[in-house]
Amino acid sequence: MKKYTYTDKKDTRSGFGAGLHEAGKRNENVVALCADLVGSLKMDAFIKDFPERFFQIGIAEANMMGIAAGLTIGGKIPFTGTFANFSTGRVYDQIRQSIAYSGKNVKICASHAGLTLGEDGATHQILEDIGLMKMLPGMTVINPCDYNQTKAATLAIMDHEGPVYLRFGRPVIPVFTPEDQKFEIGKAWMVNEGTDVTIVATGHMVWRAIQAGEELEKLGIDAEIINIHTIKPLDEEAILKSVKKTGCIVTCEEHNKFGGLGESISHLLTTTYLAPQEFVAVNDSFGESGTPDQLMTKYKLDPSDIVAAAQKAIARKSK
Amino acid sequence: MKHTISELEDIASQVRRDILRMVHAVQSGHPGASLGCADFFTALYFEVLNHNPKFDMDGKNEDLFFLSNGHISPVWYSVLARSGYFNVSELSTFRKLNSRLQGHPTTHEGLPGVRIASGSLGQGLSVAIGAALAKKINGDKSLVFALLGDGELQEGQNWEAFMFAPHNKVDNLIASIDYNGQQIDGPTEKVLSLENLQAKFEAFGWHVITTNGNNMDEIVKGLEYAKSLTGKGKPILNLMSTQMGYGVDFMVGTHKWHGSAPNDEQLANALGQIKETLGDY
Repeated sequence: MKKYTYTDKKDTRSGFGAGLHEAGKRNENVVALCADLVGSLKMDAFIKDFPERFFQIGIAEANMMGIAAGLTIGGKIPFTGTFANFSTGRVYDQIRQSIAYSGKNVKICASHAGLTLGEDGATHQILEDIGLMKMLPGMTVINPCDYNQTKAATLAIMDHEGPVYLRFGRPVIPVFTPEDQKFEIGKAWMVNEGTDVTIVATGHMVWRAIQAGEELEKLGIDAEIINIHTIKPLDEEAILKSVKKTGCIVTCEEHNKFGGLGESISHLLTTTYLAPQEFVAVNDSFGESGTPDQLMTKYKLDPSDIVAAAQKAIARKSK
Repeated sequence: MKHTISELEDIASQVRRDILRMVHAVQSGHPGASLGCADFFTALYFEVLNHNPKFDMDGKNEDLFFLSNGHISPVWYSVLARSGYFNVSELSTFRKLNSRLQGHPTTHEGLPGVRIASGSLGQGLSVAIGAALAKKINGDKSLVFALLGDGELQEGQNWEAFMFAPHNKVDNLIASIDYNGQQIDGPTEKVLSLENLQAKFEAFGWHVITTNGNNMDEIVKGLEYAKSLTGKGKPILNLMSTQMGYGVDFMVGTHKWHGSAPNDEQLANALGQIKETLGDY
């Protein structure tokens, strides 16, 4: 198992804030919009340096999505910022008609996704957003795994023509990817090569998958770990190549098991190469109040849950 | 003026024929408010807008128009074709398979003149505001126009947008309301009353003007006056009274023709009331 270490822990939303600030410096067409959550989205640096390119919308997310769509007409590259719940479920029809169907170059940037938002509870913990967004034709869906990857992804989507959903979160987690990484939309990152089981993870679950890989190694299991940061378009080639080698797969996401990364991979496998798949995901439920760690444990998203799923997937391989 | 009032009225007459023939041909679509807004669209595209039929999505340094109540696509398609965005013969493809003239307007099939999809109601004003903000950032002095139905004012997103534009001094924007008092299920006052719209818009901080949307002279003067009010710190709201079905005696003033197509006999009756001026497509 390749050794991953970290010297710092940061939140992915701060990676977005840093990326947005850098994007503003690199391209004068970048504009930002926020629905009364500037501090939570870490947009302060952008606003300080580019006040004329920032729009405070107020608590009116539907209007924000429409204004963002309109700003593209005239060549702007709008980045909208609010919580994941209000970035997707609340404004689904606005995104569908005014952004996705209209083919507008809007970057929907969503913080506080998943359970790790913590104490605010289920009203704010959306676990359906990946599904909602990936179903829209033409929408790119990205869920980076740490501060550095989120910053790199924010810059990459600036250069990508078309609507994008960028999902990140609130908790402080290890920074284990390189600062100077090149982020390629739709390209999987091989975290660790192995032979016994493929573990695919996205977002906050990638570090947990690495911890699980270390545990599996102690059990004599050689896990291949792949980071899928781009859920759509999916790097089908990387996943199939790995599954053909290992013969089974575990998918890990901080999302409902329905509609997420795991479901996309199930579709891929059932239509191309049958192999046992286990899901480490929320079991079709809403969240609740609690600390992020308590919630990840209660909803079975811990490294130990990945280990158990890997063992089960291996056991299901045809003899 | 580019055209006399009489010339504009003749164009509007042809547009009304186009609307009826398009809707009749596929036995679907929304003739009522399309007929009611034929004069407004004609005034806008043939007199008021500084626009380029050689369509460019970004529309820099030209006036832009956004239709929020997308179901009145027949009137827009007719006026776009008649003003040179595409060949009038394409009007015969309205609502048919593989057409650029979808039931509700969209950018998806690449129809020149359309910059955003509309149909799901209540979204157009926000988009127009965004385009107006982009013009301000770009130092582009041209204007943004929008049309909203009155029934769709029941959608909450409009009121987010009505609140935003005055607060942010979006004063390069002229929004018109097709104030015909009708919606699918009946008169707006019975379905969900709009109450005093002028007072509401003024309370939100808009500069409100009122016009008769079925009087060509008044529409042209009203829109030119609206243009003179831009750049003064407030968005402009044109509360435009129209009659649904205007121009056809048995269709006027009722919600019954909101989304119904005339049969052969009704079409012949209606066309008999409207002069063919530019040649049917």
